[in-house]
Amino acid sequence: MPRFFAPFLLVVVLLVAAGCGGDEGSGSGSGSSGGGGDRPSLTVSAATSLKTAFTAYGEGFDAAEARFSFAGSDELAAQIQQGVKPDVFASANTKLPDALYADGLVDKPVVFAANRLVLAVPKDSAIAGLDDLTAKDVKLAIGSESVPIGAYTRQVLAKLPGDQSAQILARVRSNEPDVGGIVGKLTQGAADAGFVYVTDVEATQGELKAIDLPDDVQPQVAYGVAVVKGAKHPQQAQAFIDGLLGGAGRDELRKAGFEPPPGQ
Amino acid sequence: MRRRLFAIGLALALGVAVLFLTLPVVAIFVDVGPARLLAGLDDPSARDALRLSLQCTAIALAVIVVVGTPAAYLLATREFRGKATVTTLIELPLVLPPAVAGIGLLAALGPKGLLGGAGPDLVLTTAGVVVALVFVSAPFHMRQAQAAFAAVDRSWMDASRTLGASEARTFARIAIPAAMPGLVAGMALAWGRALGEFGATLMFAGSFRGVTQTAPLAIYDRFATDFPGALALAAVLVAVSAALLAAVKLVSGPAGARAAP
Repeated sequence: MPRFFAPFLLVVVLLVAAGCGGDEGSGSGSGSSGGGGDRPSLTVSAATSLKTAFTAYGEGFDAAEARFSFAGSDELAAQIQQGVKPDVFASANTKLPDALYADGLVDKPVVFAANRLVLAVPKDSAIAGLDDLTAKDVKLAIGSESVPIGAYTRQVLAKLPGDQSAQILARVRSNEPDVGGIVGKLTQGAADAGFVYVTDVEATQGELKAIDLPDDVQPQVAYGVAVVKGAKHPQQAQAFIDGLLGGAGRDELRKAGFEPPPGQ
Repeated sequence: MRRRLFAIGLALALGVAVLFLTLPVVAIFVDVGPARLLAGLDDPSARDALRLSLQCTAIALAVIVVVGTPAAYLLATREFRGKATVTTLIELPLVLPPAVAGIGLLAALGPKGLLGGAGPDLVLTTAGVVVALVFVSAPFHMRQAQAAFAAVDRSWMDASRTLGASEARTFARIAIPAAMPGLVAGMALAWGRALGEFGATLMFAGSFRGVTQTAPLAIYDRFATDFPGALALAAVLVAVSAALLAAVKLVSGPAGARAAP
């Protein structure tokens, strides 16, 4: 038995040591030298739909080593409410960063990108539009009410004529905590269709296909970003956001299919 | 001097361990307070989640006991080639991360999986939740059951057979009663693991209120919008799990002493 546990213990000790070392390193980096030799690590909490664009942007980001935490925007905002302090918070809507700003938890947010909602289906699906969703055996996976994608989806459905909204909601089999869950259910064939951002479909590289929604039901999807109050590296956080507005970050966003923020 | 330092070190380690392991549990109860805790449970979606959790874990446990107990008996009482390998394979889910379990279930039983669409539709259904729970928690019972059967005095079973009782009768009348404390402990551990299942359920069965959203999924769902509500549900799970653990101690404690001599 002890022989069995020894390696585990070693791993735990190493992990703890590594964790502590890392913390000290970044702390001293920002305190004394002010970013001289080793790069500080910048923690970015971002909506799952930003994964492809932000990961690519982070690789070329020079001011700091960007570390990402991708999840549903609502979960990330709730973490900040509970006292978690990343350096940057990027959300798939403007509501959550605005609410955190009102609570004094983040600096004034800016809108840095826009996106479009689409109906996503597996590439060989026979579903061609919203009208096909009410068929009896269709299984839908959508975002849960609290995550932005789920809120947008319900906005879309609310604008549909008659009782189509209720009929489509009756086909929902799963309320997923983020877009990753929806995309996963679709690529695995667990669900037949779901509402996601057009950028999520592009990120699957052909696994899924996007069906455009009618313009009159399309919600305005704007992404807000802010420096978190009490961020360890506010300068680098601001540099990261600047790059999203006009730099490498913006380029990666366009490449991933994001649109410029409304009014630009 | 050295010896005292060592003793102090041990005490310190225990203190740190106890503090660290109990603090989150204490915080759950301190943070909500009884009034808000009860109010949080008043929510119909919370009750749906708890009801679904109880139903699914009960069914999963029944499956585990009915299939896992005889299988563990075979492993404990027979010798055959590759037995060690079989035992290890059965125990593997114990150490698998839930996300691995979820993706494995999809790869095996999903619409595009190995058995693709052969059986009934499991993904995004209550049956799928039960499948995920059985997968992650069965080894807890089987391991315990195997150890319990192995500890039963062989002379009792030999005597039973010598007196003309069949294999099946020996299993039912001698082995099971003698191993009962261990079996109950295994059931409680499996039940506790099933109650807490999150990752595999979300990946394989999804999350839909009343159908696949078990209590842990409801906690995650509420985390963003209703932190007190999430804490209230969490408190219920803590209470149930603590009761399970206490039951295990109660049953296996004196029994362990009884089996020893």
